[in-house]
Amino acid sequence: MAPEPLIFEQGSAGRRSARLPECDVPLRDVAGLLAGRRLRGRLDLPEVSELDVVRHFTRLSHMNYSIDTGIYPLGSCTMKYNPKVNEVCARLPGFARLHPLQPEATVQGALQVLFEVQTMLAQIAGMAAATVQPSAGAHGELLSLMIVREYHLSRGEPLRQVVLIPDSAHGTNPASAARCGFKVKAIPADARGLTDVAALARAAGPDTAAVMLTNPNTLGLFESDISQICRIVHDAGGLVYCDGANMNALLGLTRPGDMGFDVMHFNLHKTFSTPHGGGGPGCGAIAVGAGLEPFLPVPVVSRSSEGVYSLCYDRPQSVGAVHSFYGAFLVALRAYAYMLTLGPDGLRNVAEMAVLNANYVRTRLRGLFDIPQDRACMHEVVVSATRQKNENGVRALDISKRLMDYGIHPPTNYFPLIVPEALMIEPTETESKEALDVLCDALAAIARECSETPEVVKGAPHTTAVSRMDETAAVRNLDVRWRPAKD
Amino acid sequence: MSYTPHTAADIRAMLAVIGAESVQQLIADIPSDVRLAGSLDVPAAMSEPELVRRLRELASSNLDVDSTLCFLGAGLYDHFTPAVVDALVSRGEFATAYTPYQPELSQGVLQAIYEYQSLIGLLTDMPLANASMYDAATGLAEACLMACEIAGRSVVAVSDAVHPRYRLVLETYLRTSDCALVTVPSQGGLTSSDAVRRAAEAGAACLAFQSPNFFGAVEDSEALIASLKVAKLLSVVAVDPVSLGLLEPPGSFGADIVVGEGQGLGVPMGFGGPLLGFFACRLEHQRRFPGRIVGATVDKEGRRGYTMTLRTREQDIRREKATSNICTNEALMALAATVHLCALGREGLRQVAGLCLQKSHYAAEQLCLKAGCTLAFDAPYFKEFAIRCPAPPERINEALAAQGIIGGYALGRDYSALSDCMLVCVTETKSRADIDRFVDATRQIVESL
Repeated sequence: MAPEPLIFEQGSAGRRSARLPECDVPLRDVAGLLAGRRLRGRLDLPEVSELDVVRHFTRLSHMNYSIDTGIYPLGSCTMKYNPKVNEVCARLPGFARLHPLQPEATVQGALQVLFEVQTMLAQIAGMAAATVQPSAGAHGELLSLMIVREYHLSRGEPLRQVVLIPDSAHGTNPASAARCGFKVKAIPADARGLTDVAALARAAGPDTAAVMLTNPNTLGLFESDISQICRIVHDAGGLVYCDGANMNALLGLTRPGDMGFDVMHFNLHKTFSTPHGGGGPGCGAIAVGAGLEPFLPVPVVSRSSEGVYSLCYDRPQSVGAVHSFYGAFLVALRAYAYMLTLGPDGLRNVAEMAVLNANYVRTRLRGLFDIPQDRACMHEVVVSATRQKNENGVRALDISKRLMDYGIHPPTNYFPLIVPEALMIEPTETESKEALDVLCDALAAIARECSETPEVVKGAPHTTAVSRMDETAAVRNLDVRWRPAKD
Repeated sequence: MSYTPHTAADIRAMLAVIGAESVQQLIADIPSDVRLAGSLDVPAAMSEPELVRRLRELASSNLDVDSTLCFLGAGLYDHFTPAVVDALVSRGEFATAYTPYQPELSQGVLQAIYEYQSLIGLLTDMPLANASMYDAATGLAEACLMACEIAGRSVVAVSDAVHPRYRLVLETYLRTSDCALVTVPSQGGLTSSDAVRRAAEAGAACLAFQSPNFFGAVEDSEALIASLKVAKLLSVVAVDPVSLGLLEPPGSFGADIVVGEGQGLGVPMGFGGPLLGFFACRLEHQRRFPGRIVGATVDKEGRRGYTMTLRTREQDIRREKATSNICTNEALMALAATVHLCALGREGLRQVAGLCLQKSHYAAEQLCLKAGCTLAFDAPYFKEFAIRCPAPPERINEALAAQGIIGGYALGRDYSALSDCMLVCVTETKSRADIDRFVDATRQIVESL
């Protein structure tokens, strides 16, 4: 594929695309209207035609892998199909063209959507209430921890400043805890790949604010001691937070609230099929148990007995707010459309087929790669390239890159940190058996290449628009923006 | 309806390979006492036509801004978006991709982010912009936390002319750190040098201000940044990117951190989200910078390409020592802004800014001339202005609503001294006839009240 010049390197002085109407009010002197403020000198925006713009970004899109292009088994990211009808719904002017500060009487439908999304999420969580205000999973984590903090402060327990986090957790967990002013203490996994309950019991105490737990965990395993874990933490006076990144495995089968969790976040851009957009927009909705409901951020959407929806700001115990308005409404709307489409049976079917697909991949990869926990997994399976590394000097990263030559996006590599040379594979429920066979056949072929032609794997990818990037040079010769030629 | 492709035969064949009797056997690790008995209590499944009908019904119970005449701004703006923006942003190759952790398969989004960073850099005249934040409010909060880190101080000063919701988010974020918040009053709708003095006296790391500010007034950023430098405080400036089509950017005055809401650059208002926070800073602060950054580099054959860089600040590598916990941001919104700015181009953005300036001044002048209003402040403004009304703004708005007009934002909700004031926004989307209709309706209402 030919490289695409920057848009700044295209076009010609004076060329224009979008046209605007002429000014229809009496023109006044700009400098006079903005007296005392310096007016802009040069403005080096591109000067291109509309067709230049269309071709440029269309060509760029061709250099991008996506779910619409092919299977995307990126562990922990739940790259499932993003239904097109949800996009149609999100573009209805009655949703897309609403100002958030309109009178409530003019946005009853939008408030109803927010209210019903929150009600459904609370139901799926098995908790009392939910909010869609956080804009991403990490944002939901942060908000949850803010709530945990306020909860302990409200009970006169300011010394609860430690958050316990398994060493298999996502990096956002400790980062969010630190951002929220907590100290982080790591809890090891045991031989089963599950949280070491004895270690957790030793660590939980009067300084424990909360435990952050991902369930199923990042090895794709259900934390079967979860009820006991929650009891231990509660007995120590702490709260239990569920990182809902892996909620796809649990829909309709079990609910975090029923397991004993106090608060959780969802990734609507994973579990509920809203597009990742190349890194957002997301929505990190959270759900809380009844005891934490007073701490939810403002405004809270409520429904009167007459069926009128309103935004309530009068919440004296609220943590405050974490968004300019009410969160990513159009993302929540897509999730709403998804939940309405699937219904209760469809949601459970999502979890069941996600589990079936992951176990199918696990079984098919047996013998080709080491599988540290080779037993029934939930929605994802973690395999290890340790054998390939030791025998052929081929690393997990090489295998990932080689998969690109087979036209497939790689799994997550080197995560979770507790598995050496990890390849974390999450097929998701929307992939067919044939698609999984293509993936497994490619991995089998690469496993053969590792022993027969390891250099081919180590040099991969060979067929992509660019090969491996010089990351060191990127830092050393930092170039993060185009600059116009000085004149 | 369902999006799972499995036939009964598929399931049988797959279970046979796995060596399991049933899917239930695969989830045996879930203890029976935490299993959900029965089904989730959510609405029954819908087919696509049923779904679309339901959503259309809900959408039609809202009054969208195309079916009315809306003069609301207050942080979110109705600007014209060329059709080309949604056409390109809707492409599945962009919309359904993950974060570009694998650069070989993500050059499209990586180059687009590099171009976005360049555009934000050009607009704000800053050397370093990140790939985006959630919105302006969280961007401002992160900027103030970053300023505390840089300065080694634990007080943040913010002008009360900054958007009240941004200040609420800032307050929420600061409560979880060891930082205190000092809100300094504005005078005559502007942040004054007195605010700088108060911020310095409070031992603040920075003063955060917004221009145009919440009242629509254009701050004297040049003077404020200069006095902040003298007082050895960092400057955190929130800007409206559209205004930078006409106004000299804060980077040219030496601002330390520039943030803002990018929604006006091709992102739908969407009842308030998803939005687009932009974030830029000086090069010397690069190690403390939150969020993702894309850099240009070469591949091993020496071809130009793009990759995420300065990664050692980020949560997946640094965990609790990361500069921020941000991970997913607003990449698709940043793409929309990139396409939007390319489609508008150099002259287009100037023209939009010029239309906003002219039309808002026409509207203000007419409201004063015909409807008995007066400008609340004697300060230059860009596309919004605070106007003192001869009748309570809430009552004017109720009467306007009856005529299919959504009036300005009643300022009394956030500023008790401005309870008779309304914040009116007029962008290029309003014609002279629209403005005249609004002024006329307001005049009649005011006369009848």
